[in-house]
Amino acid sequence: MKYETQKVALPFFMVAMALFTLQVVFGLLAATVYAFPSFMTDVMPFHIMRVSHTNLLIVWLLIGFMGCTYYLMPEEAEREIHSPNLAYLQLAIFAFAGAAALVGYQFGIHEGREFLEQPFWVKVLITISFLMFLFNTSMTLHRGRKTAINLVLMLGLWLAAVFWLFAFYNPTNLAVDKLYWWWVVHLWVEGVWELIMASLLGYLLIKMTGVDREVIEKWLYIIVGLALFSGLLGTGHHYYWIGAPSYWQPLSSVFSTLEVAPFFAMVVFAFTMFWKGSRNHPNKAAMLWALGCPTIAFFGAGVWGFMHTLSFVNYYTHGTQVTAAHGHLAFYGAYVMLILGVITYAMPQIRRVQPYNQVLNMWGFWVMTSGMCFMTFTLTFAGVVQTHLQRVLGMNYMEVQLQLELFYIMRLGSGIAVAVGAGMLLYAFFGPAREQVPAGGTQITAGTGSA
Amino acid sequence: MADGLTKSAARNIFYGGSLFFFLVFAGLTAHTHWYMVNVSTDSEGLTESVELGKHVWERNMCINCHSIMGEGAYFAPELGNVWERYGGHENPEAARAGINAWIRAQPLGVEGRRQMPAYDFSDEEMNGLIDFLEWTDGIDDQNWPPHPAG
Ligand code: HEC
Ligand code: HEM
Ligand code: HEM
Ligand SMILES: [Fe+2]
Repeated sequence: MKYETQKVALPFFMVAMALFTLQVVFGLLAATVYAFPSFMTDVMPFHIMRVSHTNLLIVWLLIGFMGCTYYLMPEEAEREIHSPNLAYLQLAIFAFAGAAALVGYQFGIHEGREFLEQPFWVKVLITISFLMFLFNTSMTLHRGRKTAINLVLMLGLWLAAVFWLFAFYNPTNLAVDKLYWWWVVHLWVEGVWELIMASLLGYLLIKMTGVDREVIEKWLYIIVGLALFSGLLGTGHHYYWIGAPSYWQPLSSVFSTLEVAPFFAMVVFAFTMFWKGSRNHPNKAAMLWALGCPTIAFFGAGVWGFMHTLSFVNYYTHGTQVTAAHGHLAFYGAYVMLILGVITYAMPQIRRVQPYNQVLNMWGFWVMTSGMCFMTFTLTFAGVVQTHLQRVLGMNYMEVQLQLELFYIMRLGSGIAVAVGAGMLLYAFFGPAREQVPAGGTQITAGTGSA
Repeated sequence: MADGLTKSAARNIFYGGSLFFFLVFAGLTAHTHWYMVNVSTDSEGLTESVELGKHVWERNMCINCHSIMGEGAYFAPELGNVWERYGGHENPEAARAGINAWIRAQPLGVEGRRQMPAYDFSDEEMNGLIDFLEWTDGIDDQNWPPHPAG
């Protein structure tokens, strides 16, 4: 850690991980209802579990992005964070807003659009906190060195804030409501968040492989270009069946297929830099995450996304368990693994020790990632059966669901594996630091020359 | 890759191209907005009662169990076409009574079957909710879903 204020990231990481834990707990509860429908019906109905699960996800990812930015910015801008106190204040506001929303949900206080259920005043607090964050980091950048990494990162964060404003617009016409709802949801995850993802990956790769910055930054612009060129018009893969004109079907079938390209480019990017690199970075676990993140994102977003993105396929799969399968692996690969990777990289430096607990961290990686993959597979099978019975044969929804019980039990099982993996990882991050270096750990060493 | 391309050229392509695609996308969105208001939805039928229905729908967060036009949760039946499923196209009065009775009958409390909570709606709210579901069913959505089953 070269700059003192990089440690501002630590409380962000801690809050993010606490909320992640809760997210997994609510996911497990919701999955239990799927497997055993009478579970907790009187105490907490399914929709309360689900809204808690998805909102915790969004809130902790945003807090995670903030932590990553505070960690990265001093090194990239070559100066201390503009105001650490502002950062702590801003975190407190955000965490308060998130916690208040969560508690409110248990008492039925919420708005009613998916993912945007936060009450109005919580949305306002989130906006204020995010603007404070943007001010703080932008001032640091403004006075410091500008690199492609920190410019693209800040652009992604600013645009995320701009598109968030559509969350305040809720027209009475349901079709128009949905039209702009996707300006938040799709333009975030398949647009501007990809800028955040690519720049954070680029940062990790520069640090860990030692590849020349010029090369990495050129890649970065190509990747984010691919992301926005495809992702903007790709939004129309959500406009097929909501009362929009039919031209979205051919148009967005093509452009959303192209959305696979930036994810594929990120895999090639990470592995190419890894092999080109000459640095033997001691943090093997962080390298594992930096390679795993684009790989799983490519499968979850790219392959699983493509699977149902063509309009004539989506006509049948729209809003089935296929969507849930894709949503889980895409979010996990692209954004969960990204933040976990940056935390893995940053924690030893924040704690001022050599990379520690690496074997446990890697166990966490494999157990959790396998769990998420298995969950995706089992939901995909459920989705295919559902699509066939309900959408092709026209069977009644509830009857079809009875046929899917086994898949739902397996989803619950894989969720338990995810929880175990998450537990290992949390202990690896925050538990006592043992200087575990993987035995014969040169496999995860950048560069052919050093292997 | 792309050895001929310099970093600043890549950057300019990124900014220029993104702006271009954003403008195209914004233009098409504007057209789609116009199309929705004037062609595919019944703007005249968007009464205060439908509006109240949408509020009831949102206040009770039905979206986190149900999907509507394929979006939302996957735990309970699609409701974008529930009006059709209850026979609203042939016999609107029966459909209205049927949906009303269904909601009033909750919770069914069948062991081992997914459960919908009970709601204590006033008649006005219930009417609005059903008007909202009927209005939504009327959206011209390219013939989705493929079957009335939803
Ligand atoms: C906790 C989850 C949950 C919530 C919240 C919920 N529902 Fe349901 N709903 C269900 C389930 C499950 C079924 C199917 C039950 C069955 O068939 O036994 C259902 C069925 C229905 C049906 C009948 C559908 C059909 O095709 O037969 C209607 C209409 C309906 N719900 C409307 C609503 C409305 C309106 C709201 C919000 C005010 C709502 N539901 C909230 C779970 C929920
Ligand atoms: C990291 C990137 C991505 C994330 C986090 C993500 C996440 C999600 C989520 C959560 C949904 C469900 C939304 C809802 O509740 O209705 C969804 C839907 C969808 N996604 Fe993605 N996605 C990503 C990338 C992609 C890509 C690259 C494609 C196409 C190649 C794609 C295609 C789709 C389609 C077609 C749907 C609609 C499914 C339906 O009709 O029900 N996604 N995505
Ligand atoms: C223990 C592990 C987990 C379990 C058991 C679980 C379970 C669930 C369940 C039951 C739902 C509701 C699906 C429905 O509406 O029918 C859901 C939704 C969702 N979960 Fe999870 N989840 C887990 C972990 C995660 C993780 C790690 C992420 C993020 C990467 C995530 C992201 C989501 C998203 C985005 C949705 C909304 C999906 C959509 O609308 O398509 N979940 N989850
Ligand atoms: Fe999308």
